[in-house]
Amino acid sequence: MSTESVRIEVQAVTVAIGARTVCRELSLTPQPGELWAVLGCNGSGKTTLLHTLAGLRNPAAGRVLLAGHDLHTLSRRRAARYIGLQPQEEGAAFPATVLETALMGRHPHLGRWRGEGPEDLEQTQAALHTVGLEGFEGRSVATLSGGERRRLALATVLTQDPAILLLDEPTDRLDIQYAAAVLAHLGTLAAAGRTLLVVLHDPNLALRYCNHALLLFGDGETAQGSVTDLLTPEQLGRLYRHPLARVEGPDGPVLVPRASGR
Amino acid sequence: MKPTPLLLLLSVLAGAAILFALGSGSSVGFDGLIDLASGNGAPLHERIILELRLPRALGAFAVGAMLAVAGALLQVLLGNPLADPYVLGVSGGAATGALLALLFGAAGIGVPSAALAGALFSTLLVFGLARGRGAWNPVRLLLTGVVVAAGWGAVIGLLLAVAPQASLKGMLFWLMGDLSQLENPWPGLGVLGVGLLLALPVARSLNVLARGELTAGALGVAVGPLRGFIYFTAALLTAAAVTLGGSIGFVGLVVPHLLRLTGGCDHRFLLPASALLGGTLLVVADTLARTVIAPQQLPVGVLTALIGVPLFLWLLHRGDAR
Repeated sequence: MSTESVRIEVQAVTVAIGARTVCRELSLTPQPGELWAVLGCNGSGKTTLLHTLAGLRNPAAGRVLLAGHDLHTLSRRRAARYIGLQPQEEGAAFPATVLETALMGRHPHLGRWRGEGPEDLEQTQAALHTVGLEGFEGRSVATLSGGERRRLALATVLTQDPAILLLDEPTDRLDIQYAAAVLAHLGTLAAAGRTLLVVLHDPNLALRYCNHALLLFGDGETAQGSVTDLLTPEQLGRLYRHPLARVEGPDGPVLVPRASGR
Repeated sequence: MKPTPLLLLLSVLAGAAILFALGSGSSVGFDGLIDLASGNGAPLHERIILELRLPRALGAFAVGAMLAVAGALLQVLLGNPLADPYVLGVSGGAATGALLALLFGAAGIGVPSAALAGALFSTLLVFGLARGRGAWNPVRLLLTGVVVAAGWGAVIGLLLAVAPQASLKGMLFWLMGDLSQLENPWPGLGVLGVGLLLALPVARSLNVLARGELTAGALGVAVGPLRGFIYFTAALLTAAAVTLGGSIGFVGLVVPHLLRLTGGCDHRFLLPASALLGGTLLVVADTLARTVIAPQQLPVGVLTALIGVPLFLWLLHRGDAR
């Protein structure tokens, strides 16, 4: 499989958490060059869906294909060369430095006995630079702030350099300038031929930076389409169960929450 | 300190500890060792050094190394810095087996065989119970191990209570860790070699696993199979160590922590370094155990605990302060 041609294909996938259905027979074929926003209420199953697409969890029905192969017939190592996942934050029991953590993105690419070489180090430094963590290499992860840790987790995925990036709230706890910079960079990755699915909480970030959206209504129903078609006050009002209005901002339309009951 | 020079330093320390063990004792000292090296040692001294002290020093090294490597593996497996080789009840099972054998008057190979059988039984018991019907996770494994260990503790207490006076001292020595029966170092060194050969190829995967289960899965680590593999490797090392030396405490807990503080958490460094430092510490402790109140021998577990308890408390205190 060469990185260029790798596609992820979701075929009639049903994802369930216990008795609750996250999505029913979802079919999705994100193409290289597309940046998808995954939107839904808290607890609607965005994270669980992302883990299923990453192959860390079996779907209740249906298949996820990576370059035509069922994801579960591929070894984890092989899958991790093509699919990257930025999970939500996990606590680690042992200390590590920023450089060590970001360098772990090279793990699926290195043989059992091969250590990290200068080119791996170079790639890691570049990823740290992209997320604004240059100069932090020797710092212990424990001393970083919440937002800095999120950027470090993103740097690890960038070091991994997969064709398909699944990012779970990459802008969580980020200041505005970092959130904008991160999403702009994700746009350049898409333009370079990668496929991205990104869980976001702010529909305006989706409207501004993404070209496609997947909505999870929390009852198994889903909707997908281009952001301009899908991110309307009507659809999002239904999604978040709160009325929204569309107003013209300086750089295009913006969705704002209205007072309840209007 | 950089990992590579630290590994070299630890190798030198290990060699020095072995020499210290060979030259310590009432019958022949370091001058005897020098005579032996220059080829004009007395035959009796040669026998004491090469046939009594050397096997015991190498055996002690293997036991200490196995305990420290098992400790490092279990700490990352359970995601818990307080894990030690005995946390999963392996030593309790081994002790119960050994004590039963001693109670029924077994001698020679009988006691270690019974200890090994007990250790393997306990390993399978904990693994089976922790797995249950669903997938097992570190918390469930830890809780199962702790509870099973407590159960073995009760059985050990019962055996000590009903044991006749004559076998009691032997039983207590076994429980506190005793290397005086170590005559053949090769089984220990062999299992240590196998354990390192199994663990070193997955060292980088362990680094990733230490960052969290999801991160590890996303970076291509098959988390479930890796955990099972590590569990059985650690259990093998612990069972061999306990069978050869009894329940020697604190080496498996303290050595990996000392090394993390000085050389970092990369398991490609941590595993070999744990073997070297764990072995070195036990050789020194065992040499002290047989010399400080010679001709009487102390149980080596008493010495490792006397060194280990204050050292660990200091480490914990230091960690709080940061």
